[in-house]
Amino acid sequence: MNNPLYQKNIISIADLSRSDLELILETAHSLKQNPQPTLLNNKVIASCFFEASTRTRLSFETAVQRLGGSVIGFDSGGNTSLAQKGETLADSVKVISSYADAFFMRHPQEGAARLASEFTSVPVINGGDGSNQHPTQTLLDLFTIYETQARLDNLNIAFVGDLKYGRTVHSLAQALSLFNCNFYFISPEALAMPDYIIEELTERDISFSLHTSIEEVVDELDVLYMTRVQKERFDETEYQHMKSAFLLNAGMLKNVKDNLKVLHPLPRIDEINQDVDNTPYAYYFQQAQNGVFARQALLALLLTNHFQAKP
Amino acid sequence: MQKKLQVEAIEQGSVIDHIPAHQGVKILKFFKFTQTNEKITIGLNLATKSGESKDLIKIENTFFNDKQANQLALFAPNATINQIKDFKVVNKFKVQLPSSFIDVLSCPNSNCISHNEPVQSRFYVKQKKTLKLKCHYCEKSFNRATFDELD
Ligand SMILES: [Zn+2]
Repeated sequence: MNNPLYQKNIISIADLSRSDLELILETAHSLKQNPQPTLLNNKVIASCFFEASTRTRLSFETAVQRLGGSVIGFDSGGNTSLAQKGETLADSVKVISSYADAFFMRHPQEGAARLASEFTSVPVINGGDGSNQHPTQTLLDLFTIYETQARLDNLNIAFVGDLKYGRTVHSLAQALSLFNCNFYFISPEALAMPDYIIEELTERDISFSLHTSIEEVVDELDVLYMTRVQKERFDETEYQHMKSAFLLNAGMLKNVKDNLKVLHPLPRIDEINQDVDNTPYAYYFQQAQNGVFARQALLALLLTNHFQAKP
Repeated sequence: MQKKLQVEAIEQGSVIDHIPAHQGVKILKFFKFTQTNEKITIGLNLATKSGESKDLIKIENTFFNDKQANQLALFAPNATINQIKDFKVVNKFKVQLPSSFIDVLSCPNSNCISHNEPVQSRFYVKQKKTLKLKCHYCEKSFNRATFDELD
């Protein structure tokens, strides 16, 4: 049976169907249980960071190496001769991808990965294009939810913090809307979910509600997805007031469901108090580690036609 | 006077009717009809039966291909195009909103990769009622009014 993602690009979460997503998550799960250290032997993967992102780069390059592939590339495009010579992205991609079997890239401009995929015949994986998409983050979030809840359907999921500017929460909510979850959006009014996401959820008949504190809903949740509220967006009094509503500490978790998991894309500043780390609900560090498995799953599916995930 | 303008015949060419008022001049500019030497008759703010005013353009020896007819929808979603040959209407069709616009519009997002690269811009029609277009590259959606180069 052919794998439907073989030689495909991973540019935007919206390009992936529910069954594509399930295949990726099952593959990530399988690779976590059964490492495949030689799967990508003799494969060269380009890892091109036209904009620096240490966490994403380390996670991706670990994924390549754990599968036995090798990496070429650069970690900060601004310092490369590419940027200094003013070459178009299209030309850079044509040349670099001719050396490699797949092209992973991060770029400060929206649409860069889509454009790159039009100038190469090898699969392109988007590692973040400006404020637009970061599909491997969304996939690792989905994988972590799937792993901890054993399903993606009918979950009660709260998103907390900066829901206006956070692309992470936008694409995660969009992806989860394929799975009939129940959403709680918890944010200061000034940082509420943008209208276009609300419209999309309404069109898809997804149930959601808006809240102004974590404690209003925390006891009903399966997943509490925390994000950072940037201090810079508020004056000091406002910020102090908000802290109590949008920052999490262990005391708020006294009556929660046993299966609750607290997630965060990291880095955290003070939105999750360190006393949460030792509760059974904290899962953000495992979530970061899952990024390696989600990225391994993409590489395995894009580069090997007959790779079979073991259940 | 107005009646006379509307019936004034052309031997060969196109009549674009049912253009919303104030869009006629934009259409002339967009299709670069301001630079042609063909004879053009335009009517602006003409009265209609429904009470709303409309613009009308007659242009000799010029015919719209499908792509141009679709582009007209950006300005006049309900326009009709009459093709005239030997003073007779030989073909009459309504403008249709295409599913995408290629190489017609420039992305309003200044950080969109499409600006400085060797690619054609591409927008998908996301919503027809109040026209919303989504950029193929940056995936952002924009209202029709945001594309200010059309004004
Ligand atoms: Zn764009």
